[in-house]
Amino acid sequence: MIVCVILAVFAGYFLLPLWWLGVTATKRQGDFATTNGFWFSGFHLVENLRALFGYGDGIFARWLLNSAIYAGVGALAATVLSSMTGYYLAKFSFRGRSFLFSIVLGSVMVPSTVLALPLFLVFSKAHLVDTYWAVLLPSIVSPFGVYLSRIFADSSVPTEIIEAARVDGAGEFRIFTTIAQRLMLPGLATVYLFGFVAIWNSFFLPLLMLQSQDLYPATFGLYAWKGQAQMDPHVQLLVVIGSFVATAPLMAAFLALQRYWRAGLTLGALD
Amino acid sequence: MAERSFRRQRGRLVGLGFLSPFFVPFVLFYIGPVVYAAVQSTEVTQRVGGIFGTEVTRFGGVTQYAAVLTSGDFWSSLSRVVLLAAVQVPVMGAVALLLALLLDSPRVKLGRFFRLAYFLPFAVPGVVAAIMWGTLLDPNTSPIYQAGLHVDFLGGSLVLPSIGNVASWTFAGSNAIIFLAALKAVPPQLFEAARIDGAGDLRIAWSIKIPLVRPTIIFTGILNMIGVLQLITEPMIFRTITSEVTSGYTPNMLAYNAASTNQYQYAAAVSVTLAVITFAASFGFLRLLQRRSEG
Repeated sequence: MIVCVILAVFAGYFLLPLWWLGVTATKRQGDFATTNGFWFSGFHLVENLRALFGYGDGIFARWLLNSAIYAGVGALAATVLSSMTGYYLAKFSFRGRSFLFSIVLGSVMVPSTVLALPLFLVFSKAHLVDTYWAVLLPSIVSPFGVYLSRIFADSSVPTEIIEAARVDGAGEFRIFTTIAQRLMLPGLATVYLFGFVAIWNSFFLPLLMLQSQDLYPATFGLYAWKGQAQMDPHVQLLVVIGSFVATAPLMAAFLALQRYWRAGLTLGALD
Repeated sequence: MAERSFRRQRGRLVGLGFLSPFFVPFVLFYIGPVVYAAVQSTEVTQRVGGIFGTEVTRFGGVTQYAAVLTSGDFWSSLSRVVLLAAVQVPVMGAVALLLALLLDSPRVKLGRFFRLAYFLPFAVPGVVAAIMWGTLLDPNTSPIYQAGLHVDFLGGSLVLPSIGNVASWTFAGSNAIIFLAALKAVPPQLFEAARIDGAGDLRIAWSIKIPLVRPTIIFTGILNMIGVLQLITEPMIFRTITSEVTSGYTPNMLAYNAASTNQYQYAAAVSVTLAVITFAASFGFLRLLQRRSEG
């Protein structure tokens, strides 16, 4: 009994802010700070969405599209690259293998500023700052994806199958694309999901690299709006509605793909 | 003989083909920047010939590091994240462990619902989590404040715990799910033997379950600590709401701030110092725990 009470209290702590976000997204501007924050007062979600997507020539739709491009394309590229390297690290033995793997793992500890600040200088010399590439290119490198892929290749691709295919005369890349990658597919979905979320949520890279509003991802656009909200209370509500809209797709993806993130978390826990 | 060296050659090409698509961008966008930052942090830029003279960059040894280490701003920003890491990481770890142990007990109903509820904040972008909590805690917009709890969570000494709360809210649940997965991997025979010997739930949790998932607890603890030392998103958002959060509130914000006023070398020195401290803290923490478990 007491166990369930404690669990329920924490469920409240985790869910109530999200509930508040959903409820507030349906409120009128004037009711935002004056009515009970955790309950409805009128239902104006459609009007609010119209206001959100109409503000500033519909810039928010552009931001959502940008997020989808950064996260969708970046995570796809990251997954393909990680799967090749993870597979090779798992299934081929060569000198320096464990050294390469520890460098990849160790890179998780490097502070974002150590990477992003010099990257900004290099990119500005290469005239890549304030382009899609500035956010996309660094996103395709996912050390955590390599780590996961190596574990998935180890556990889901039997060495006997690879050897049988070799005897049949198949080349290594053919074996990888036609056999190994398919066997790793559920694991690669996990790598993709985690990569997608990491890029969708990234903050520091856009902060440094992007100046034109047209290139912002949704979360970074919200930060920019939040900065204006102090002066313009109308924007305050747009920030809340925009937060709701920018978060809903991720939550839907997580609810639909439970199997995959659970696999990722379980493996992430193993050392 | 010729056949064998041909095969070895081909094996190398295959390895290159599999590894270079990841490692080339990895070197370009990960290793390269780190090296560049390290080099930059040893340089100084000076103007030669008065205010309108040309800028000259030259080797300056530890000049930038001396400037970082003697700067009060650096130490106060560092002390904030260290304090936060020292309090928030263990507290969140303990809460996550408690939740995992409770979820692991067989009598719990609705386990699936709780697991989902706990995990959901992980899917919320850091910017959104900070906007949400910022709005919920700001006295001007807070429903909690309006309900009669007149505490300004974004004022004075409460800002730092409020930032810690955002981080805890985001990651406590996913940590609990990680611990739960580790607990489920423990063979149940281990508990049954203890139960037959008369051990209660608490005793089993303390003496069997927790020691078995210890490596997982340490691993996630270190990752959380690294995250807190590098904190930037949450305080940057809070800065738009409260003046308590200064522009150099955390070391990463300090570095960003220096960079945005073109003090790149100083920014690089701040970043490298933070990286070294992060490495030292991670390994120091690991060594300490290892020694304790041996002794």
